[in-house]
Amino acid sequence: MSTSHAAPHLTARQAGLMSCHICGQLAHLPDGDSHHLRCPRCNAPMHMRKPASISTTWALILAAVLLYVPANLLPMMVTTSLLGSQEDTIMSGVVFLWQSGSWPLAAVVFFASVMVPLLKIIALIYLTASVQRRSRQNLLQRTRLYRMVEFVGRWSMLDIYVITILVALVHFQGLAIIQAGPAAVAFGAVVVLTMFAAMSFDPRLIWDPLTDTDAPDHD
Amino acid sequence: MPAPAAHPTLPADLIACHECDLLQTEPQLAPGETARCARCKAFLARNPPDSIDRTLALTLCAAILYVLANVYPLVGLEMQGRRVEVTLLEAVQVLWRDGMGPVAGLVFVTALLFPVLELLMILLVLVPLRLGRVSPKLAAFFRLVRSVQPWGMTEVFLLGMLVSLVKLSHLASVILGTAFWAMAALIVALTLAGRAFDTRLLWQTPLAEERP
Repeated sequence: MSTSHAAPHLTARQAGLMSCHICGQLAHLPDGDSHHLRCPRCNAPMHMRKPASISTTWALILAAVLLYVPANLLPMMVTTSLLGSQEDTIMSGVVFLWQSGSWPLAAVVFFASVMVPLLKIIALIYLTASVQRRSRQNLLQRTRLYRMVEFVGRWSMLDIYVITILVALVHFQGLAIIQAGPAAVAFGAVVVLTMFAAMSFDPRLIWDPLTDTDAPDHD
Repeated sequence: MPAPAAHPTLPADLIACHECDLLQTEPQLAPGETARCARCKAFLARNPPDSIDRTLALTLCAAILYVLANVYPLVGLEMQGRRVEVTLLEAVQVLWRDGMGPVAGLVFVTALLFPVLELLMILLVLVPLRLGRVSPKLAAFFRLVRSVQPWGMTEVFLLGMLVSLVKLSHLASVILGTAFWAMAALIVALTLAGRAFDTRLLWQTPLAEERP
């Protein structure tokens, strides 16, 4: 691994350059109208920063928070068998796994389905709020937190896949039938919304206050 | 559609970190080396040896495994002499018929559609690159690859299957189908292909031709 050499703290924005989100090509910001620019190399739309990053991220977080409630309170899975009908929420599914002795899996499901969405929402709130306050603290830690949020988000989809397989396999007429409950829709939406929120957040905003002197607004 | 000119006086190895915007010169990388941002340690570039050939081989391998993973049943269940087996598409169909349209759609897109789109588009980009026919159209395909990538979740799906089988193992005997193992191998092939691909080749080759 090698670390690249850098001019001390000169950012592309300070130099009047913007870099393409897709291919990394640098281009000069033209004077005047800077809307609808396209990358000279790969033709992707170019922006100095992701457009309306902070407000878009806030909106997506808010939607995810609202849906997180039904996702955890409503039943995720409805089992109908000879012994009657049973409804399971995400948490009672974890408890079931724990009690049946497969505690490593219980831990995995608890982490992926309960902790990750919750921590992800909290982390995104912290990141967006600190960027909005133009905080200059913990720059590196916040960038690492963002990377973690981006990396770990997809694993929350676990419970959706578990319910898919269960529903598909268990339909022994007269013996047992498993159906997906309303929480599955809400939970799927939480995962998708938090992934979009992480994508709309621009990590370069974390570092911008360091070089802001006359602060051009970018939100 | 005004295109800002790639400035002629900008050094070719000048790059901006995509996570903290710091300008820096990209170091010359020996095969296998990785470059990280001087300030925030973000991943900048890697120089994998034999990039195009290895990525092409692994992606073709992944494409074959993808077909196997979708044709054969993934998992099955045996209970009192009755046997149920499902393929990926059948599992999605059952959810759909159960009135779980949005969930079925989500599973279809993330476990079935986007992985195959990613594979096809990587092949569409790599085959011409291997044959030395670089066209600006490649870039558009690669932009699509980049936007589809975060949504292909084959590895999460595999873990999901394992969890559901453990949940069922107390009430019936579970069967791991051919497609299950094909999918496990698919994940390995896709991961290795991702590591072997040097995205810079895609952008640098056309530029090299333009230079006098």
